Amino acid sequence: MRTYLAFLLWVAFLGTSCSRKSEPTPALKPTAFGAAMVESSGGKQFAQTGSLLPQPLVVQVNDAQGAAVPGALVEFAAPSGVAFDPASALTDSSGQVTTNVSLGGMAGRYQITAFTFDKSRKKVELKLEEIALGYQQTAGRRLNEQYCERCHNPESTVERVSNYDNLEVKPHPFTEGDTLNKISDADLTAIIAHGGPALNKSALMPAWGNTLSKSDIQALIAYIRAVSDPPSRSAGPVYARN
Amino acid sequence: MKEKLTSLWQRLFGDSVRAFGVVSIVFLISMAIAPAKNFFSEWRHYQHGYLSLIRNRSEANTLQRHFQGGIQQVWLPDLGVVDRCTSCHVGLKEASLTDVATQPYRKHPAIPHNLDQFGCTVCHRGQGAATTVAEAHNSTLAWEQPILAAKFIESSCGQCHHGPLPGTPQLNLGRNLLARQGCVHCHSVKLPDGSTLKPTDDPPSLSHLADKTTREWIFAWLKDPQAYASTSTMPNFKLSDDDARDISAFLIANSTSLPGDTLRLAAKASSDASAGASLYGESFCASCHAVQNAAGNLVGGDVGPELTRVGSKVKPEWLQAWLRDPRVYDPPTAMPHYRFNESQMATLAGFLEAKTDSDLLSNVHLDAATPEQIAHGKRLVSDYGCASCHEIAGVKRPENFAPELSRIGSKPVTQLIFLQGMQHTLPDYIAGKIKNPRAFSPGLKMPQYTFTAAQIDALTTALLSLNDRSYTLPPSLAVPGRTESDYQPAGKAGKLMTDLACFSCHRINGHGGDMAPDLTWEGSSVQREWLVQFFKNPGTLRPSLIRRMPRFNLTDSEVTELTDYIMTVYQSPRIDRDSMPNSGYSPGQVELGKQLFYGKYSCQGCHIVDTKTDKGYIGPTLTQVGSRLTAAWVFQWMKNPQALRPGTVEPNRSMSDEDAKALTAFLMSQKGGEKSPRPAKAAGSFDKLRTGHGAPHEEVAKR
Repeated sequence: MRTYLAFLLWVAFLGTSCSRKSEPTPALKPTAFGAAMVESSGGKQFAQTGSLLPQPLVVQVNDAQGAAVPGALVEFAAPSGVAFDPASALTDSSGQVTTNVSLGGMAGRYQITAFTFDKSRKKVELKLEEIALGYQQTAGRRLNEQYCERCHNPESTVERVSNYDNLEVKPHPFTEGDTLNKISDADLTAIIAHGGPALNKSALMPAWGNTLSKSDIQALIAYIRAVSDPPSRSAGPVYARN
Repeated sequence: MKEKLTSLWQRLFGDSVRAFGVVSIVFLISMAIAPAKNFFSEWRHYQHGYLSLIRNRSEANTLQRHFQGGIQQVWLPDLGVVDRCTSCHVGLKEASLTDVATQPYRKHPAIPHNLDQFGCTVCHRGQGAATTVAEAHNSTLAWEQPILAAKFIESSCGQCHHGPLPGTPQLNLGRNLLARQGCVHCHSVKLPDGSTLKPTDDPPSLSHLADKTTREWIFAWLKDPQAYASTSTMPNFKLSDDDARDISAFLIANSTSLPGDTLRLAAKASSDASAGASLYGESFCASCHAVQNAAGNLVGGDVGPELTRVGSKVKPEWLQAWLRDPRVYDPPTAMPHYRFNESQMATLAGFLEAKTDSDLLSNVHLDAATPEQIAHGKRLVSDYGCASCHEIAGVKRPENFAPELSRIGSKPVTQLIFLQGMQHTLPDYIAGKIKNPRAFSPGLKMPQYTFTAAQIDALTTALLSLNDRSYTLPPSLAVPGRTESDYQPAGKAGKLMTDLACFSCHRINGHGGDMAPDLTWEGSSVQREWLVQFFKNPGTLRPSLIRRMPRFNLTDSEVTELTDYIMTVYQSPRIDRDSMPNSGYSPGQVELGKQLFYGKYSCQGCHIVDTKTDKGYIGPTLTQVGSRLTAAWVFQWMKNPQALRPGTVEPNRSMSDEDAKALTAFLMSQKGGEKSPRPAKAAGSFDKLRTGHGAPHEEVAKR
C-alpha cells in the first residue's frame, strides 16, 4: 500500500515537473480607477492579415468628470489570432495606454475590447474595430495607391499631394460607405472599366478597362468594400470575442 | 478486499458457461472499438457541424449537392502532396460562404491559384495526410511540420516566384533587406535557380581609411554605428572599449595613402551656410543622401550614406578631394562626378563640415597605439570577419564565414536550440536569431542589427521561402525573377555616363536604378533641342521635388556627346521619329484635339495645359509639351501608354487613330512661349507619369 502511494506521488511529481506551462506574468496592481474609457488613436486601421497595425492603439481612461486617470489597469481582449504587446498595462501620467496590435490570420473586421474597472469593480468597456486585409484586398490596396488614391483621397500627405480639390466633380472617397455600399459590384465594375460616362457620371473618371485586368478590378472592389465606413455587407465577417 | 475480488471472479468465471458469456461480450466490445473510433472521429464531427450550418441557408440545396462525405484528399504526385484538409475544411470552395466566420467552414479567400492544383500544405505547411486537428496543425512527436503562421504565409509564394510579386509586399521587402543589409556577405545563399544571392550594398574599402577619417571617429563608429547615423547598415558588434581601441589602431596603421597628390585643400572652406544649403539643394544631394532635420525626421534618399554628422567624420582635405572627383578614391561609387568649380567646392565642403555632433567624439580619448594593440586589432578583424564586407589591405576575405542559409526554411526543429520561453517553431527561431543573435550564446560573432518588428517578420518570411520544396519543385512551376543585365553604353559617351553615374538613378536596357525615368527609348521620346537645354539646366522641368536630376556643370562638348548618343542609340523600334511632324498641324485639327482633351477624355483632371483654367497635377504639366516630346511619341503614347512605359499611371483609353492624331496636334501646338508659374501646391506630384512608378519618390519623406 505504501509503495503504491509512493508510486502515485512519484508520477504526480513527474507530471508537474515535466509540464511546459510558463509562469503567469505577475498581475499589475492598479493604483487608481476610472469611470470611462475613450479612444485616443489607432481605431479603424487596416493591415495585412497576421501583421502589425501601422500605428499603435492608444486608449485613455477618464474619471466621471472627464479628467485623465493615471495608474488605472487597462486590459485588451480580442478574438483568437489577435496579439497585443502589451496585453495589459497601467495608464501613464496622461491617463493613456499604448499597445501594438497584430491582427489575426483571416481577412475581415476584428472587434477589439479594451476594458478597465471602476471603483465599484464594474467593468468599463471600449469596443474598437480594426480591419485585416487578405490577399485580394491587399492587391486592391496597392492598385488604389498607384492609380486611384490621388483623386479619391482628399487628404494630402508629404509624399502624396491630393488632386481632389482640383476636380470640378468630386470623386467619392473609398471610405464613404453611405454612397458606395449602395452601388452594386456590377455597377462599380462598369464605372472602373468604362469610366464615369458609363453610368452617367463625370468624364473626369477615365476608363481603366484597358489598363487594369478583370482580377485587378475585382481586387479593387474587394478593397473598397473592406475599408468602407459604415461597413459594407460584402466586407466579410466581423470577428468578435465570444 | 481479497474476499471481494474472489467473489467477483466467482460471479464472472464461476462456471464454463459464464466464462464463455463474459469472454464473448469482451470480444464483441473489442471488435467494436475500431468502428466506434471511426464513428466518433473529428472529421465526422466537423462534417456534421457543416451540414447543420448549411441546413438553414437559402442556398442549402446547392451546398448539399456539393457536399461529399467521408475523408477527402487532394493528391498531387508531382508535388508530393497528399492533403486531407478538405475533410474538415468542407466549405473551402463555396463562393457563397463569405459571411461564415467560424473555422473550419470558412471559404478560402480569393487567391490567384486553384486549390486543386496546389493543395493546401504547399502554402500553409502542416501535415496534409493527418486526419485529426492536432496532428494536421501542430508539431507532434511523429510529425515535424506545424502549420505556418499567417504573417509568414507570403514565404510560400516565394517557393516558386523567385522575383518580386505585386501581391507579396512582405516577401519583397524581406528579400531586399537580405541583399541590402549585408546578410549575404557572411551567409551564402544559393537560390533555387543555381545562382548565388548577391549583396546590393557596397561597404566601403578600408585600405585608405586614414585619408578619410580619424581614429577617434572609427572608435566611436565601432562602438555604436547607429549613434553616428541611425540609418547605417553597419551592425553593432558590441565591442569592448579595448577591442574597439585595438581595431581602430590596426585600421589606421594598415591604411595606405592614395598614390598621387589627391589630398589637398584647394580652397578654404566657406562658412556661408545659406549659400551651402542652397548649393546642396540645387545639386539635389538629397536625392541620395538623407539628413536629419530639426524635427528629428530624416529627409532624403538612401542611395548614399546619411550626412547628418558628416562633419565629425571626414577630414576636410578628403572631403574636397571627394567632391572634386569621387571616382579617384572609389572607382565604382554610385556618386556622380559633379564638375564643381573651386568656389562651389569650398561652399559645399564648408556646409558639410559644419554638420557635426559635439557629443559623438567628446568622450573618446585614445593614446598612441602600441604594436601589441595593432597586432591584437588585426586578430580581431579576422575573428569578426570584417573582411567579409570591407576590403582591407593584407586581410583575406574569409570563405563561408557564417553558416549557409540556402535551405534554412526546412531546417528540422530537432536541430535547433531554442531560448527559454520561446515557442518551439522554426519561424520563431529565425525571428529570435535576427532580433537578438547574441542571446543564443554570448560567444556568437553575429552582430546586433537594429531592425523593426516588421523588418524582422519580412526577413523571416524571405528566409522561410528558402526551403526544400523550393529547390525540388518541378522546373515548370518556377517563375524566375527579373535579371539585371550588364548593359554598358559604349565609347566616349559611355565613359561620360559612367563618370556621371547615370545608372545610379536611371535604368537603360535592363540595367540601373529605378529612381528616375527609364531612358531606354529616350531618343524616340524627346526633341534634341529640349534635351540640350535640359542638360544645361535640368531645373526647368520639375522644381520642388526632393529627388531630381542635378546639374552636372557639363561643358558644351560633353552635352553634345551625350545628346548625340542618346538621340541615336536609345531609339524604340516601334516609333519612327520622322513619321509625324512636330509642328504645322491645321487649326481645325488642333481645335478638335482641344475639344477631345477637355471633353471626351477630360485630360484636365490630371494635366495642365492652360495654367489659368486647368488644375490637375497628377501628370506633368503640358504647357511646353510641344517643344519637349516628339509627335510620333505623343501619338503612340495616346494609343497605349503602358506599351512605352510599363506601369505608368496614365490609363490606356484605346483611342481611335483619328482621336489620337487630333490630340497629338493639339498637344504639339503647346510650345509654351512664356514661362508659366506653377501652382505652388503641385509640389512633388509631377514626376509620377514620367517615371511610371511613384514609389521611390514617395519613400523619401516617409522615413
